[in-house]
Amino acid sequence: MSQVIDYLPFILKGMVLTVEVALLSLLIAVLLGIAAAAARLSGSVISRTVSGVYTTIIRGIPDLVLLTLIFFGGQIMVNNLGKSMGWGYIDISPFIAGVLTLGFIFGAYMGETFRGAILAVSKGEIEAGYAYGMRPVQVFVRITLPAMVRHALPGFGNNWLVLVKSTALVSVIGLQDMVFNAGAAGGSTRQPFSFYLLVAFLFLIITAVSNSGLKWLDRRYSAGVRQG
Amino acid sequence: MDFEVIFSNLPLYLEGLALTIELLALSILFGLALSIPIGVAAAAKSGWVNFLPRGFIYFMRGTPLIVQMFLVYNGLAQFEVVRDSFLWVFFRQAYWCALFAFSLNTAGYTAEILRGAIRQTPAGEVEAAKACGMNSITLLRRIVLPSAFRRGLPAYSNEVIFMLHGTALAGVITLVDLFGAAKIVNSRHFVPFESFITAGVFYLCLTFIIVFIFKWAETRWHAHLKPRGG
Repeated sequence: MSQVIDYLPFILKGMVLTVEVALLSLLIAVLLGIAAAAARLSGSVISRTVSGVYTTIIRGIPDLVLLTLIFFGGQIMVNNLGKSMGWGYIDISPFIAGVLTLGFIFGAYMGETFRGAILAVSKGEIEAGYAYGMRPVQVFVRITLPAMVRHALPGFGNNWLVLVKSTALVSVIGLQDMVFNAGAAGGSTRQPFSFYLLVAFLFLIITAVSNSGLKWLDRRYSAGVRQG
Repeated sequence: MDFEVIFSNLPLYLEGLALTIELLALSILFGLALSIPIGVAAAAKSGWVNFLPRGFIYFMRGTPLIVQMFLVYNGLAQFEVVRDSFLWVFFRQAYWCALFAFSLNTAGYTAEILRGAIRQTPAGEVEAAKACGMNSITLLRRIVLPSAFRRGLPAYSNEVIFMLHGTALAGVITLVDLFGAAKIVNSRHFVPFESFITAGVFYLCLTFIIVFIFKWAETRWHAHLKPRGG
């Protein structure tokens, strides 16, 4: 037990990294998700095909395979590109590979969530926006976006919780998140079970904190809705 | 891109494919069997009955599968009781550790699907069954579970696909599943694109097959929900 306490700062340092990876990937995922949803909803055949292929690949291939593919393959690609451009050697860190891969994966899930949420916004509100003489961009920013948040929140929350758990995979490509650190601490103290259990509980804490944050957001964005 | 290497290593990939399918099928089987009592107990109204199963579901759904797998594979050796018992024959081997962790994980997720589906059983159906004089076991077997399985089917197809993705973790603990095979080919020939893309294509095909099977199951068991012709 005392050894677990000795190593606690080390594990918590890993936890900070876990949260950093999760938040940065979330940012990328939300941006990609909005783009994917807009592409899906637009009439253009090309953009619908591209986003369809994107979703299929993400749903069909394990995150771990994509992560290693981007980590090892991305390194070669960047090196080749660097050689032809004369940049010299560029190192793809596990951090960048992890954030990009997770952002890419969850962008697809966010896209589906946002698509559904945008479709749930009542047509009348959007029409009213146009009737006031707003431009399409203004309608999207002032009406569709704020109104869809309420519909998107449950799916968004689910995606976030799955994303947080997926960050544990970056330990496989050598990033020193809390799972990686638990492995190191468990190895040197010969108490792997205690450390992995500690990390499991830290994940549960992140989940619990996120849940209360999501609940607060839900209350805020449902303020104008009559509840039965 | 040089897929020559992949062709010469095809037997390794096929071996990996076989292990992936085996791990998926067995963990789904054990997980489903475990999830029925857990899901039924978690759906119970009594706090004494649903406390433990809900805790189990919460832990399995709230923590990453990789951590659960490490808890079993690396963690159990910490306890002398385990090392000295007959269980050590199993938990010494990566295969059984992976299978054990995967089964419990999918049992947690499946139990939650089942719990939700059971709670949505229309009250009228239960009342009617009671009025016919069914006891609670018969009620569960004839009324509640069949309709809960039907309602849970779409969510369960997602869970099976997630479990397929989860089995790739077996490659992390030295097993040669599809991901393990790709790792070996990559380290031998240093062809990350070709090796991992090949594994990805295999996984994609498996996903399509799973989706197809569930589509078939839905047309079979949801036949009564189809719009009527004419």
